[in-house]
Amino acid sequence: MSLRAAIKTSRSGFALDVELAAGAGETVAVLGPNGAGKTTLLRALAGLIPLEGHVELDGQVLDDSATARHVPTEHRRVGLVFQDHVLFPHMTVLDNVAFGLRAQHKRDASKVATEWLARAGLAERAGAMPRELSGGQAQRVALLRTLATEPRLLLLDEPLSSLDVSVRAEVRRELSRQLSGFQGVRILVTHDPLEAMALADRLVVVEAGRIVQGGSPAEVTAKPRSRFVADLAGVNLLRGRGRGDHIELEGGAIVAAPEAGEGYVFAVIHPRAVALYLARPEGTPRNVWRGRAEDLDLQGERVRVRLSGAVPLVAEVTPSAVRDLHLAAGAEVWVAVKATEISVYRA
Amino acid sequence: MIGLAAAGLLLFVLPLAGLIARAPWGQVGPELVASETASALGLSVLCSLTATAVALVLGIPLALVLSRTTGTARGVMRALTTLPMVLPPVVGGVALWLAFGRRGLIGAPLYQLLGIQIPFTTAAVVIAETFVAMPFLVIAVEGGLRAMDHRYEEAARALGASGWRVFARVTLPLLRPAIFSGAVLCWARALGEFGATITFAGNLPGRTQTVPLAVYVALETRPDGAIVLSLILLAVSLAILIGMRDRWLGSL
Repeated sequence: MSLRAAIKTSRSGFALDVELAAGAGETVAVLGPNGAGKTTLLRALAGLIPLEGHVELDGQVLDDSATARHVPTEHRRVGLVFQDHVLFPHMTVLDNVAFGLRAQHKRDASKVATEWLARAGLAERAGAMPRELSGGQAQRVALLRTLATEPRLLLLDEPLSSLDVSVRAEVRRELSRQLSGFQGVRILVTHDPLEAMALADRLVVVEAGRIVQGGSPAEVTAKPRSRFVADLAGVNLLRGRGRGDHIELEGGAIVAAPEAGEGYVFAVIHPRAVALYLARPEGTPRNVWRGRAEDLDLQGERVRVRLSGAVPLVAEVTPSAVRDLHLAAGAEVWVAVKATEISVYRA
Repeated sequence: MIGLAAAGLLLFVLPLAGLIARAPWGQVGPELVASETASALGLSVLCSLTATAVALVLGIPLALVLSRTTGTARGVMRALTTLPMVLPPVVGGVALWLAFGRRGLIGAPLYQLLGIQIPFTTAAVVIAETFVAMPFLVIAVEGGLRAMDHRYEEAARALGASGWRVFARVTLPLLRPAIFSGAVLCWARALGEFGATITFAGNLPGRTQTVPLAVYVALETRPDGAIVLSLILLAVSLAILIGMRDRWLGSL
């Protein structure tokens, strides 16, 4: 089973233009900030909104604007799991899980649904109404309701984001377990990097309706190509023009980096590689700039200092360094980065 | 300000007080079984329930279409469906007459080809009541549809449910509160219908004389009967008001 999709759709000033391929048993996480078009992409794959382009699942054409082919949602055999469970409020848990089976005229719908519930340890909730369930239970039932119809393509729209942090881990484990037993293609939309890393084999980063980066979670975070990915990887991302041994940033600042090369490049600097001084340091670092501490954020054993200046960066220092430097919001400092600590790759 | 408010409230209270004070309580039993009263009551119940049923069958699909229409078409359709709510009922009756009367737009061919004559029949009462009362149902159901979370329907479709199954198993049950309050309002309006009925269906005891018409006629000849029938309509109105005090205007 495999999915191939090239989707263009635009609605009320927002345009989505995305190509996506996924294989059987693969979980692809579509990651991106809110409003990037992730949900629109899922709705297009589900056949709920008109699109321009082509969607093919297991060799069957589901959408093709060139030949005006459109398979309606109910005939696609795609499973859709929403952010909040969207269980039918007027049906019991059992009837919710059996709904899809009955819609497909399967025999023994109730029996099969009961088995699904039993396997998930939810048998004793079969007679409950959705409003009587906890958030975690409801989302698990919603997942079962979808899986029971044996979809070929599973579309998960931020399935954990409406849950309390306390139950999120539990539901994530369950989701992970259920997904590993599912044979079809899985597309998971999320803005939570943790959710993406925990569940996905491959990441696709979408911003402003376009794919900006794809690859394994390790590949994506090693070489961020957008501010969003850099932020979630917790690193500084600079973009500029390579000039042999240095990079010229858009604002005109110069960053020394031995392998800058020529043309547009990204430069990643880990916050721990950013050193702060009260006086201009004399020594080996070739990158020394004036900076101003905008705010300080204690994270565990480390303090993250957001710096403004010609080269805006985040530095990670120890609490004792903060004391020694009398660092507070508004403090003027010298910022130094060793050229060898900067990794450069093509933009 | 308080004085004016009190005067306003009195305007509502005094007529009701008058009705209750003058009520011939000893006559209620005998009046109810009096043949004219009983037949008016029976006819009213039959016609208003039938009108409500017709409104449900026609009004729910109309509300569905309305809720999915946008732009000018929606404005026009909406204006047409709500018109009977603001139109003087007598004008409605005249309009119905011109459409379904023996020389009317539809009435003429109906009479010439099939010999069917609608005015002055019980069917005409039902048509008049539906005409006047259906907007209440349509508006309540349309409001329910607009407030509804359509992801339930999308979830149902993704689970493989056909359009009809989605409608019957998901949309309709989720709309039940809106349909219920719409139907009650519609029925109450149908029950009290006077102007369009008397214009289009006439005032024939046993055939088209519903309770409001009977009240109007009886006030001249048998005031006690008129008061008893009025009390019944008042009791029904109060029961609806009390029973639906939470969702009544909220759903409109």
